[in-house]
Amino acid sequence: MNEAAIETHGLSKSYRDKAALRGLELNVPRGSIYGFLGRNGAGKTTTLKLLMGILRRDAGEMRIFGEAMDSEAAQVEARRRIGFVSEDKELYPFMTVGQMIRFTRSFFPGWRRDLEEKYLELFRLPLNRSVPKLSKGMRTQLMILLAMARGADLLVMDEPTSGLDPIMTEEVLQALADLAAGEGVTIFFSSHQLTEVEQICDHVCLIDDGQKVLDGVLDDLKSQYRRIVLVFDSAAPSALAGLKGIDHLRRAGRTASMLAHVDVESVVACTQEFAPLSVEVHPVTLKELFMDHVRGG
Amino acid sequence: MHLRVSFSSGVPIYVQLMEQIKHAVETGAVRAGEQLPTIRKVAEDLAMNPNTVARAYRELEREGAIEVRHGLGAFVADVETGAKTTVIAEAAESLRRAIATGAILGLSEPELRRVFEKELSRVTGDGSQAVSGAGGNRAGTKAGGSGERSSD
Repeated sequence: MNEAAIETHGLSKSYRDKAALRGLELNVPRGSIYGFLGRNGAGKTTTLKLLMGILRRDAGEMRIFGEAMDSEAAQVEARRRIGFVSEDKELYPFMTVGQMIRFTRSFFPGWRRDLEEKYLELFRLPLNRSVPKLSKGMRTQLMILLAMARGADLLVMDEPTSGLDPIMTEEVLQALADLAAGEGVTIFFSSHQLTEVEQICDHVCLIDDGQKVLDGVLDDLKSQYRRIVLVFDSAAPSALAGLKGIDHLRRAGRTASMLAHVDVESVVACTQEFAPLSVEVHPVTLKELFMDHVRGG
Repeated sequence: MHLRVSFSSGVPIYVQLMEQIKHAVETGAVRAGEQLPTIRKVAEDLAMNPNTVARAYRELEREGAIEVRHGLGAFVADVETGAKTTVIAEAAESLRRAIATGAILGLSEPELRRVFEKELSRVTGDGSQAVSGAGGNRAGTKAGGSGERSSD
């Protein structure tokens, strides 16, 4: 019961000679809503496709609910427990919403009629409208409904709210909150909508260039990290780079800013030897952590 | 009880929830013995993470502010909220006088706020936010605005 929903070690994948993932370490706790963040091309979609068995890894380990994904059979078995919403959100163009639901339902013995009805009502999807006549947002909501109602233990979603307006996004986030609270479903999704990640996720992982650069409980990251801003009466000294326990030092004229996440107090004390005019300590938002941790950010 | 959370603030969300629930108790918006909304209800209403709501409730229980009765839900603990309300009213009165003095001396609203926050952090001595250094310190200032979107 305590094993992670998803666990990877040294997960690697290259396309021809270009490395997409370079030894990714992931640990997605059961029951979490886990935000998987990174810039375009950081390796998010590749990771999701590896998890879903759509791509084959070059190296590394992958476990889903404790089961090693090292055979085709294990991969198929795991797929039964996972609802997947892909980035392109493909649906059959010749069906109506109602037909699409009935069609999908027929494949899943554990189909949840109660969830189907609940999310149908929440998303207000027109049963008789054909799929091509749905707005992009409605198509996405239908995909999400199909993934949610199949009675999966794990939902894996690639940019689930891309193309949704703010109301639709809120409805989807409400459905996710409800699914996690009521059904204990683990939700793993990639996104670069930082605001929605801050709203719904308890865990986040930030990847860049195929590797993890930051992960943890979001509220803990917010508690631990502080931005320290120093102002000097002449140019900010370059020797600040030698301060212990700081990251992402930036100097601009008379001002220097840096991140600290262990023992902020003693870092602040150490800055005194540079005789700053002022020292300010600020909480840090997810956006700032993102900007500071990704390449070129 | 009306709960509102600023997700994009640097303040941990469970801390914001704890503070709002405590505030609701202190102002009498919820009274001792009354039931708090379920974790699922809060999570769904605010479209936020249920584990985060659960964490806020757990911490409040640890502090003795609420009682979690298994299978029944969370209830406001039976402490003397009346006494607290009186204390708050007295503190508010002293603060009003201090603000009036500051205003007479010509301090603007942001300046007053800074003075207040600085003094507060001096008293609470919250290590992570208390700041040393000469002149113009601000501690615990909220960073970031709302409605941020990553550009890509």
